[in-house]
Formats: sequence, structure tokens, C-alpha cells
Amino acid sequence: MDLSTTYLGFKLKNPIVPSASPMSRTVSGIKAMEDYGAAAVVLYSLFEEQIRHERNELDHFLSYGTESHAEAISYFPKKEDYFLGPEEYLRHIQDTKKAVDIPVIASLNGSTVGGWVDYAKKIQEAGADAIELNIYHISTDPEISGGDVEKLYIDILRSVKSMVTIPVAVKLSPFFSSMANMAKRLDEAGADGLVLFNRFYQPDINLDELEIEPSVVLSTSEATRLPLRWIAILYKKIKADLAATTGIHAGEDVIKLTMAGASVTMVCSSLLRNGAKRIGEILNGAQKWMIEREYESLEQMRGSMSHKSVANPSALERANYMKALNSYM
Amino acid sequence: MASEAPSNKRQMVTIDGNEAAAYVAHKTNEVIAIYPITPSSGMGEWCDQWSAEGKKNIWGTVPLVAELQSEGGASGAVHGALQTGSLTTTFTASQGLLLMIPNMYKIAGELTSTVFHVSARSLATQALSIFGDQSDVMSVRSTGFALLASHSVQEVMDFALMAQAATLEARVPFVHFFDGFRTSAEVMKIEQLTVDDIRAMIDDELVFKHRQRALTPEAPVLRGTAQNPDTFFQSRETVNPYYAACPAIVQGVMDKFAKLVGRQYHLFDYFGAPDAERVVVIMGSGAEACHETVEALLEKGEKIGVVKVHLFRPFSVKDFVMALPKSVKAIAVLDRTKEPGGVGEPLYQDVVTSIGEAMANGTAPFAAFPKIIGGRYGLSSKEFTPAMVAAVYDELKSKTAKNHFTVGINDDVSHTSLPYDPSFTAEKRDVVRAMFYGLGSDGTVGANKNSIKIIGEDTPNYAQGYFVYDSKKSGTTTVSHLRFGPRPIRSSYLIDKANFVGCHQWIFLEKYDVLKDLVDGGTILLNSQYPKDEVWAKLPRPVQEGIIRKKLNFYVIDGYEVAAKTGMGGRVNTIMQTCFFAISGVLPKDEAIGAIKRSIKKTYGKKGEDIVKMNFDAVDQTLANLFKVDVPAKAESVIGLPPVVSKAAPDFVKDVLAKIIEGNGNDLPVSAMPVDGTYPTGTAQWEKRNIALEIPSWDDSICIQCGKCAMVCPHASIRIKVYDKAALKGAPATFKSTPYRGKEYEGMSYTIQVAPEDCTGCELCFEVCPVKNKQETKLKALNMVPQPPVREQERANWDFFLTLPEADRRTAKVDTIKGSQFLQPLFEFSGACSGCGETPYIKLVTQLFGERTVVANATGCSSIYGGNLPTTPWTKNADGRGPAWSNSLFEDNAEFGLGYRLSIDKQTEFATEILKRLSPVVGEELTNAILSADQSDEAKIYEQRSRVEVLKGKLKEMSSTDSRQLLAIADHFVRRSVWIMGGDGWAYDIGYGGLDHVIASGRNVNILVLDTEVYSNTGGQMSKSTPRGAVAKFAAGGKPLKKKDLGLIAMTYGNVYVAQVAMGANDLQTVKAFLEAEAYNGPSLIIAYAHCIAHGINMKYGLESQKAAVDSAHWPLFRYNPELAKKGQNPFKLDSKSPKLRFEEYAYKEIRYKMLTKSAPEEAKRLIKLAQEDVTSRWHYYEQLASLKFDGGAGQEHK
Repeated sequence: MDLSTTYLGFKLKNPIVPSASPMSRTVSGIKAMEDYGAAAVVLYSLFEEQIRHERNELDHFLSYGTESHAEAISYFPKKEDYFLGPEEYLRHIQDTKKAVDIPVIASLNGSTVGGWVDYAKKIQEAGADAIELNIYHISTDPEISGGDVEKLYIDILRSVKSMVTIPVAVKLSPFFSSMANMAKRLDEAGADGLVLFNRFYQPDINLDELEIEPSVVLSTSEATRLPLRWIAILYKKIKADLAATTGIHAGEDVIKLTMAGASVTMVCSSLLRNGAKRIGEILNGAQKWMIEREYESLEQMRGSMSHKSVANPSALERANYMKALNSYM
Repeated sequence: MASEAPSNKRQMVTIDGNEAAAYVAHKTNEVIAIYPITPSSGMGEWCDQWSAEGKKNIWGTVPLVAELQSEGGASGAVHGALQTGSLTTTFTASQGLLLMIPNMYKIAGELTSTVFHVSARSLATQALSIFGDQSDVMSVRSTGFALLASHSVQEVMDFALMAQAATLEARVPFVHFFDGFRTSAEVMKIEQLTVDDIRAMIDDELVFKHRQRALTPEAPVLRGTAQNPDTFFQSRETVNPYYAACPAIVQGVMDKFAKLVGRQYHLFDYFGAPDAERVVVIMGSGAEACHETVEALLEKGEKIGVVKVHLFRPFSVKDFVMALPKSVKAIAVLDRTKEPGGVGEPLYQDVVTSIGEAMANGTAPFAAFPKIIGGRYGLSSKEFTPAMVAAVYDELKSKTAKNHFTVGINDDVSHTSLPYDPSFTAEKRDVVRAMFYGLGSDGTVGANKNSIKIIGEDTPNYAQGYFVYDSKKSGTTTVSHLRFGPRPIRSSYLIDKANFVGCHQWIFLEKYDVLKDLVDGGTILLNSQYPKDEVWAKLPRPVQEGIIRKKLNFYVIDGYEVAAKTGMGGRVNTIMQTCFFAISGVLPKDEAIGAIKRSIKKTYGKKGEDIVKMNFDAVDQTLANLFKVDVPAKAESVIGLPPVVSKAAPDFVKDVLAKIIEGNGNDLPVSAMPVDGTYPTGTAQWEKRNIALEIPSWDDSICIQCGKCAMVCPHASIRIKVYDKAALKGAPATFKSTPYRGKEYEGMSYTIQVAPEDCTGCELCFEVCPVKNKQETKLKALNMVPQPPVREQERANWDFFLTLPEADRRTAKVDTIKGSQFLQPLFEFSGACSGCGETPYIKLVTQLFGERTVVANATGCSSIYGGNLPTTPWTKNADGRGPAWSNSLFEDNAEFGLGYRLSIDKQTEFATEILKRLSPVVGEELTNAILSADQSDEAKIYEQRSRVEVLKGKLKEMSSTDSRQLLAIADHFVRRSVWIMGGDGWAYDIGYGGLDHVIASGRNVNILVLDTEVYSNTGGQMSKSTPRGAVAKFAAGGKPLKKKDLGLIAMTYGNVYVAQVAMGANDLQTVKAFLEAEAYNGPSLIIAYAHCIAHGINMKYGLESQKAAVDSAHWPLFRYNPELAKKGQNPFKLDSKSPKLRFEEYAYKEIRYKMLTKSAPEEAKRLIKLAQEDVTSRWHYYEQLASLKFDGGAGQEHK
């Protein structure tokens, strides 16, 4: 059974790629995922705010209160060299590369164009095989138009691409007026892959403290529907590889998304719930299905249910349930 | 920087004196034993850092740097390291040097080669002073150490090396000293010696001889015998040949140095006319001002000269007299020290004696005995200017020249002072002199240090920078003094004739006369929030008049707006620096901009591109926003300057302290000063600093009246009163009042009031407020609002609030937060940092016990914000009662406080004895009532005080010796509360031996350790309280060992009340602990977690830091009360719950821990793991202690 696929130019033995999560915080965690069959790994995310914050935080606190009193001109030893920007992340990339054979994809999250993108270069230098650029912009300013936001996404991608030669995939949300157009523009701007879709932290209210609390809800298989639709629609309409993420919990999910056109299927919630061994179970599930249906390879089915190949493409276009109409043609 | 020099090419560097000394010391030593003390701490910090970075000495090994628990300890370690053959050094000043004296006698007596580098500082006498004079080095002149003086930053580097070379050859140990601050902190462009230079000066053969003298079991000897009358004297005289040879050895080293480097020095350097008749003899930085003055006066044809003393001990009579010109007729000797009761000061006495000897034996180069006068100058960094030097030369012209004079002050008591003409100047016209008024927080000093480096390194100009800070730790004003010129700068004094003044904050126009030091035609640059067309009209009238009168060029920039636009926040430093370069023309504009940007890149490059870019943007936007203002011919402003202090202030505040506040303390005459260092308390209330941009505003409609805001306020600027509604009569319209919620004061009114001009805007009250507005949850019962718009209104409200009656202490529920916060704080408006974690504890002591408290305060932050002039925060209540406070030293505070207790106990006993004798006269009932009084609560204390008043009334009508004796001490019948306070540097390190003895004494003292886990006052050096893994100075690589458990040690005595508290985690436990400690009739120790600016935290979240420290079990809360043991109960109560956070979840919220992950990530991982183990094992140990069944120790209680 040939489960192999190609993603961002890498030949992968199967389509299972653990997406950015705390599971990839330790090299041993990543090694375990590789051992259970992961074909590549996306490292945990490094956030633009984190990069900015770490730099500014250190500068702020090392100078805070200094030059204010004759006895205490400063409060910390003067150090020449700091591993600034989260150097730990770079070391993690290096350590991971040494420990595993699968492609290592670093994950960089950002929402503005700025000095932080130089970090992409360091990620490449640290040995990452590719970058997954997770762009998220919650536009709260009524003066900012959808066009402005879209341009921002393109600008961020371009500036990161200008920093590196390794492939860059873009992970984005589905909330665009024209997802297809957005995908095309990102494709044109040089995205080597599109990862559909990211899951936002959704805020909750703590009724005791009257504070907003970010909370994470792990996905279920139901959540595959959204990426499934858009992968199916975008398949072959753009050059970039399509990666499915969100809601992949079982072999069937892999099959469905591959049929929609995904090059890889990324897993996260399922691993957080069940551990790395789940990768093997999902692969077995997919294989079992393929054996039963006498499929030879994933390649065979890839895109077979896409917008361009499916018998009834309009089903992918409908937004609301509509009673099935009898065809009169 | 100094340590980066290539080995063979000399570079020009801009560094301060401390760095210059440390550079040579680190290169020429193997063991460095250190202890922090201002102004020498910088030398130890540099050495620790260089060793942490792996920088090597000239023999290719990294010097071992070790911090000791005191200077006494450091000198002991130095002694031991020397005895075992290591080249060893230390750095110190002031009291620190005094603590080294015993070892210095030993080291010298044993003819041991070493150099102690000393940044000379005042000794504490009537007051402590951190500033520079030579009182400390003069106190060690009989130890047998050679005393070698440097006069400038260049000389510090040169003499540090020559001292090292000379000590190896002479075997006489050296103190190499230079003036604290003036030289130690002056940033100067100097030529840096290369490693090759240092190599060439240090003779390895002499090093081998030093090693051969080491103690070794391979060739054992015994050194340090006890000797008897038969031999000690002769033994003591054996060293004479070494002292006799020493001056020639030093001169030989100087000559060798001159051949190598080109700078020729002498034991006594003479500068002046070859035929000078009047000569000044001086040592230290003042010699540079003298040199400069002589240069200027020689041009006028005056026959004068100056002898600059380098080697003060051993004093070479021959070399000294030969340094004097033959023509000399009159000599003035200037000493930067005071020896009360002496014939004169030390240098004066040596000069007189030397000339006397030379005249007697015919070796003097002159025939007639010159007139010699001596005088004092420059104590505690008092200015010593060419005007004063000229006055001394003038005095020498007089036939009745004043001996034992002072210069630089107005001594209207003993009339010692010489008059001088302040307009006299010796500075050349081509020297650019610029002054900058900034806030500590706006980065002005940092930018100026950069400017000096830029000009020093990018131009052939010489550069000098000196920085003056006010005495407060929050809202500090800084004044930078920068000079640039074509020749080395000898002006060792502040600028008083500036060509350029930068006023970086508008508020200074109201507070200081910023134009005072500007020359006519000079330039003033103002950072103004007003546009250029409006700014003139907004200036106070005296400022307008000054600008017109002095024909100043007036430039403005809205630096705040440029800073805001470019993301710089409140830091206007880069912007104002750019303006200075653009206006002053020190460099061509483009070159200057390029240099500033290079400097920004160098400073911030490693901190990330964003910060560099932000600063670049600020530079680029500055020039477009800089404007020259057309100055009208006439001043028309109606804006006056506010009074420095209120008219209602006492005369002493108005006449004396106000002068200091407005920056004119130098003008105060001797007669204005108290003779014995005694000052009134309650003066901080008159110094309205208005430093808060935002202050809290009370929403009485949602307040639940919990009292937490007042409890945590570090500056006592938020207060609570409960009062009869009738008292509201006459209240200002905006005064807020609401019915009291609760039973104890039912029907009464309640107000929370902010002192708008005293609040520092720290936001602790806002953060601690537990209430949220139901309509808008971001609002609380206290919300921060801009201060200026509400200042007037709230000032009136505050004044009215003060007129409301204070709570009746007899009925207040002092064991609750709410109740305790009705009590008047008797510690208010201190100079502590905004958001300080220490002061709320001190304030709580004064609320609970203040009117019967005496405080012994260890030197440190608390003695500085508690006792630094101009004003002091300790205050008194309406009855005139309040804490009486003193600071003895750093190291002896526990013993000092015990002395209070011994005295109080003795006097109480004596009073009891007399009262018993007088019982028949004053009445048996009263006597018994007084002697058997239960004073366990406020009501009972009140009753006792009333009884004592009755007694005193009776005694006043009597005239017997007993009655008069008793009247003088009868107040002791009211129970006094002795509080011994200080930081962890004192309690864990330097004062630990004393603290241990005091708690072992069994006496009733209360010890409050304000534990910031670091030496905060001197700038963040490691103490034994510093947790493992935290970075501090002297622990640049992270503290490798675990924190000392002071509480546990104290508990082992069994009869000591011990509590560990953290107000931010459990305020009620804090109150209980303070009450229990004070009630316990024996020694009590409270260790209080105090968040600190040295932790690298946002101070407004200080209470959260405290909570996290407790939640992670880094700081377990507990109380150990021996009273419980007496009742057969376990005395140890663990007041905090099981750990909720991992240690790192607490630690990495603080930069002190986090920065190690950025500088040494692997070590950080290792240490944080060990630190977690420390915390876990201690917690388990405490849990077991808490569960012990207290019946002799066996078995465990069931929970």
C-alpha cells in the first residue's frame, strides 16, 4: 500500500503530519511521533508578540530604574551577549534536526509586518526544512477594510519569503470574503503550501473574576468539514500544496481530505487526547479502508472528490441546507 | 570598553574611574574578594562580570572573584589568599575600609604585596554620606599600607598599574585611592594601557618571590605569632628599611612607566611658575582643579604653583621639599578630610613637619621658613572650583592668612571659611560645556554617556561626563555635566558656566533655576508639550526674563510627541541627544546623525532590530520637529513659580529644608545646620513632588471598604477615615464621603482620600482593589486618572481630609485589614521607588505601634528613603508622638537596636525602683496601677499613658532628687516597642552575626527584615538571601547555591518568635504576625518578602509577584510562636497552602531569573531544576514541622 505523498517539495512516506502543538516542545515528544509514523512535524508555534516581547522586555527591565540614583546606577550585571529573540526555539530546531529523520517544519505566527520577520532567516539557519507561517489578524478597527487585511497577509508572506529560501507554507483562517481569491493571491505571492485552517483561541468569560480568558477547545471529526470544502474547491486551482488541518481523528478523515485534494493531513487534538500512538492507529485505519476498497495508493484518490472532479460540484458551494431538488435536466 | 583592548596598541576609551581601576586590577590579580559599597561597587561588578565572561589576566588565567559577607570578611579572605601565594586584591570605600583596618595592620606587618583600590568616600559621622572625600583613607594612614593617590581617570588606570608593580618590589601593601564619585564615576576619554604595557610593568620574578613566601606544607613556616614585651617592639622595627626604600621604588616604577607609556609622574608633581612664591599642596581630584587654576593665573603673571601629592604614605620628606620651588614663601595645604581636635588635618601636619625637619637639618631648598596654612575643602563631594582655588592663593598673599580655614562653604559659626568670587573661571573658551536636566526614567543620563562616547571616539576632542542624581529613588531628577575640548580636561567640578542647557522635562522650569548656570548668549533647549508658537506664553515669567536677559538662543521640541509616534514611550533620550548634536555643532550634522545611529546600533543591536529601528525613527523625526523660538523683547508672562514649600510649613522647613529642595543647599551656612545631626520628623509632608502622571480616583458607589488599598500604598498617600457625618461641615464640594458599611461604626461616614501631590502613581492600589464595576468591568473602586486636571481639587480635598479626626485607637479592630487601616500611618511620602515592596511593611509598624516605637535602621534602601535629606518620612501624630529613628551603621544594626532595648529595660527598672520609693508620696494606688498595668492592647496602653500623665503631674510639683529623676524617665512606664529594621544584605550577610546574637539574647526586640533577596540600595548585588538561579551583580552567571533559610535558623533557638510574611499573598497573616511579634515578650523576627525594582518586574504587579512567590512555595508563609509551645501546642504554623505553581512558573515572570535563560540557557535549566528541588524539599520539611506533635517531639498529630 503506497501512502506516500509530496508536501512542500518533500517526499513523505505518508500524509500524517502532527501540527503545531505542545507535543513538539520536547525532542523526545517529536521522536515518539516519528516512531509512531509521523511523516513530518510542525514544531510548536513561535509568536511575533513573543519575539517582540522578549526583545523589548529585556531591554525594558534591564534599563528600568537605572541611572536614577547615585548608589544604584543599574540593577543587573552588564552583559554583552544575550540569546535574544527566543533562541531556545532555534536550539530546539537544531536539536530536533539531530534527533529525527523526518522533515522539520518550524511554525512562525504573526499579524504585522515588522522586524520580527528576520527571525525566519534564523529559523532557516538553524536547520528547519520549511516554515509554516501562521497569519492571524483579528481586525477590531472598523476603519480597516477587508482589502487592507488581505494586503497585510500578502505583505507578511512576501517579507518572510524574502528572508528565506526554504519553502513557506501559509496557515490561515477561513474568514475571507473570497477565500478562493485569497488563496490564489497567496499562491502568486509565493506560498509553497496553504494550511487550511487554523483554529483560533476563542475567548471565554470567567464569571468569578469577570475577566476574559482564552480557552482552547479540542476539535472533533466534525471540524474537518470546513477544510474539506475549501481543499476540494481549491484543488488544482492553485499551485501551492494543500494541507488539511483541524478535525483529523481517524483514518476515514485522512481518506476524505485526501479525496478532497489534501497533500497532507495534519493532526493535533487527537494526539493531545490519545498520545503519539494515535498516529499509527489513524494510519492503520486509512490503510484498512484502502485495502477494503482496493485502493493502491493515496495518489490514486487525491482530488477525486474535489470541486473539479466530483459529479456534483454545486454541493460544495451550498452554504445552507436545501432540500434536494430533483434534477429535471 | 576597557576589557576589549588588543594587546599592543593603545586605544582611547571613554570610561569612568572605577572601570579604569578594575581593568588593571583584573589583569594583575588571581583572587579578588569583594563586597558592595558605594562608590566602589562598580569595580567589583566589572571584575565579576569579566570573570564570568571568561576574561583572563596577563598570566592567561581567569581571576577568581568571590563576594564576602562584609568588608571585614573580604579583607580576611584577601589576607588568607595572600598568605597562600595568590596575587589578591579588593575594592572598597568609607566604612568598608574601616572594617578592613584590622587585617590591613596584619597584611602590612607581614610585608605582603597587595593593592586595595579605594574610591575615597566620607565616613559616617553626624550623618552618612555616600559622596567623596578622603576621610576614609586618612583613617588607615597608620596601618602600614602605602597610600597612593590618583587625581583623574587617566591617572587611576596608570597608578593602579604602578601600585601593583611597586607593591611587588617594595613588599609594602598599597591603598591606591581616588576621589569617590568625582573620579570613580566621572566618564573621561583616556588612553587605555595595553596588555603589553601591563606585562612590561609587572616583573614575574617578583611574583615568584611573592609565591615563595606563601604558606605551604611542603616548606612549612609559622606566621602570626603572639609576642611579648621582650620582642614585640624590636620585631615591629624590622620593617623600617622597607618603608625607607618604598618611595624610591615607587619613583623608579614611575620612571619606568614614563619610558614605556610617555606619561611621567613623580611622588610629588609640581606645576607652576619656577619662581612661585605661593604654593598649594593638595591630593586627589582637587589637584586637577588647582592645576587648571594655576594655568589660568600664570597667564596673568601670578607667581604661584601647586604640589600634587601622589605618594602620601610613606611620606618622603626629601622628595616633598625638593618638589617645592626655592622661591616659595607661603604654602596652603588642602585636606579633603576633617580631624576634629587635631592640630590640623593629616596632609597639613605632614607638610609642616617635613618642612620643619628639612629646615632643622638644612636640607630645605629655601632659606626662610615659609608661612604654612592648612584648610579643608570638598567634604562629601562639596564642589571645589577654580574660584575657591583662587581664593586660597589670594589668602596666601595676606600677612594674616587664616590658618585652619575652610573653603567652599559659609562658616558663620567658627568663621573659618574663605570668601571667594563665584564668577572667577579658569576654563578655556574653546571647551563646550553642556548641562542636561532629565528624569531618571527618561534616559537622559544614558544618552549623555553615549554622546561622550561618540565625541570621545569619533572626534579628536577630549570628553568628560559627570552625573548628579537627587536623593530620591522615584521621580529622580538627574543633571548631566558634559565637557568637550581639544585638550585633556582637568575641570574636576560641576559646570557652572554652561554654553548649552537641555531641559528635558517641562516641570523642571517650575522646580529649578535651569538658566542659572548658562552664560550670556548660550543656548537653552526645552522639551515642550506646547507647539513652538505657544511655548513662549506658557513659560513662567522668571524663565522668560532669564532668556531675555541672557540673550539666550531658545530651541524647543515636543520630544514626547516624537517619542510617542516612534514607540519610544516616555524615553525622550535619543531625541534630545539628537537635538543637542544638531544645535551644538560639536560635529557636522550628518556626521553626528551617523555617529548617533552607529551608537544606537551598538547599544541596542543585540536587543533586536525593532529597538534599533525605533531609535532610528526617533532620530530621523527629531530634526523636523526641532524649532528655534523667536524670543520677544519683553517678558509678559503672568505665570509665577509655585512656592517650594507651603507657607504653613514650620520655619526650619521653610528656612533650611526648602533651600535643599530647590537645589540651593550649598548656600546654607554652618549656623543653619543642627550641631549633632538631629532633625525634626514629619517633614516629607511639606515636599510636594507631584511626580505621578496618574493618581487613583475613588468610586465610593462600589467600594466595599476593605482597606486593602491603604494597606499596600508604599507612600501612605491613600488614606482612610471613618468619622461622624457632622465633621463633613465645610467640606469641599468634590469631597467624597459614603456611609460606613459595617456594624462597628454604624451610622458614621467613610472616606478614602488620595494625597494627589504625594502619590507616585504606582497603581498598586488599583491592582489590589478587589471590586469590579458591574457596568464596565475594567473599572474598579479605584481608577487611575490623570493627575494635573484634578490636582487642585484633590489638594483641597486632601487638606480637608487631614482635618477629620483620626480613628480612636482604643476601639479600632487592629487585627483586621479594615481596622488596622483606620490607624494613622507615621511613615509617609518617602523617597522610595514607585511601587516599593518594603515601605508598606514599615508603614504598618507605624500604624500599629508607631506612637511608642523606637527604630534602629540598618544602612540600606530603608535608611536612604527613610533618612536622606532634604525631608524625612517618619512623622508624628497630633499628640506629637511617633517613631523615633536612628541609623547607626550597616553591620551593627541588630546590636544597635538591642542597645535601645537594654537602655529601655534599665531605665524602666530604674523608674520602677524610684516609683516604689515614692509610692507613699504619689499614692500607693497609682503606683500599683502603673507597676502592674496590663498593656496588651491599645485601650490598656491608653489607660497606662493616662496614669503616667497623672504621675508626671504629681512629680512636677515635687522637688526631690527622686522626683526629678523619675520625671525624666517616667514615660518608660508606657510599654515601648523596639523595632530593628533593615534589608537582607544586613540580616543575612553583614549583620548576621549580630542578629544571631541579638535573637539569642532573649530580649524583647522586634526585627523586621525587608527581604528583597538582593542588595537593592547599592544596585542589585547578590546576598545570601538571593535564590538559586537568580542573576544579580556578583552572580552574573546566576546564583549557584540555594538561599539561606534565615527563619529556620532562628527557630532553632526555640524562644524566638519567627514569621515569614508576604503582604501581597496574605495581608491578614501579615497583620497577625506583626501583632504577635510585638506582643511576644522576647526576640521576634519577621522576614517580609519585598518585591523590588531589582527583580526586573513591572512594579505595579508587585503584589502578584509576592503571591506567585508564595504559591510556588518559594516563599512559604509561616509563624513560629514560642507562646504556643508553652501551652503544649506546636509553635510552628504553616500559613500557606501546598504549592500551586512550579518554581519556574513564578521565577520566569521576573527578569532576574529569566535573563539567565537568555545569557546562559543551559545553566539556567540546570539551576531552575535545582531551585525547584530547593523549594520542594523545604516545603516538605516545613510540612513535617507543621505536623509535629508537640509532646516532646515523638509522633505526628492527625490532621
